[in-house]
Amino acid sequence: MANPTLFQLATTTVGSGGVSSVTFSAIPQTYTDLLIKGSARATTSVSNWVDIDVTINGSTSNFSFKELYGTGSSAAASNGTTGIFGYSNGSVATANTFSNFECYIPNYTSSNYKSFSADSVTENNATAALAIFDAGLWSNTAAITSISLAPNGTNFLQYSTFTLYGIRNY
Amino acid sequence: MSDTPIAIEVDCSTGIATERPLTADEIAARDAAAAAAEADRVAREAEIAAAEAAKASAQAKLASLGLTAEEIAALSK
Repeated sequence: MANPTLFQLATTTVGSGGVSSVTFSAIPQTYTDLLIKGSARATTSVSNWVDIDVTINGSTSNFSFKELYGTGSSAAASNGTTGIFGYSNGSVATANTFSNFECYIPNYTSSNYKSFSADSVTENNATAALAIFDAGLWSNTAAITSISLAPNGTNFLQYSTFTLYGIRNY
Repeated sequence: MSDTPIAIEVDCSTGIATERPLTADEIAARDAAAAAAEADRVAREAEIAAAEAAKASAQAKLASLGLTAEEIAALSK
């Protein structure tokens, strides 16, 4: 039976100016799977949350996803053709609150298409808060060497944090 | 917040984080993504509102048939 071991590869915390994206580059090819954990808040002023879109190896093409979610007042499903690695709190949500999310990417060095799964919750001292599960696919056979995360068309705010882990299955 | 959006890149081989301003192409792509996100948000909210309206309408019709609130609630469990 495999004994997975977790290694922190890189981490960053957004500074006072905010950033439009966070990129992990030069990802080592010596692990089995990747895991990203994050806590995020974004500048969007029209919503309690915003999707965190991914760019892999500089590409935003050939992505697809399906997601199941609850908003605090309803539950639904959705799908689309972007890469979603999680959700960030928006600026409408209670001040100083952040979302939590994590995204797992198995077999990131393989020559097969890359699947990933993400779960996220947003925080809000109100009825509207999101709990969401995403299943995604990047239909590309290249090994993953860089991952960029961006809150759809907005900026990550100060104190948002992102950490990349490598997982090795012995 | 600076006028020009900033991107941060963390090199996993060194652990060094570098900040840089977005290029014009990246800013254009970002603006397009923002417009698409707003359209998605409006569409999603409309979808949710339509579903809630349909649910309320169905519950009203069931009530008019004589079902109690408890019986209507039991149907959705």
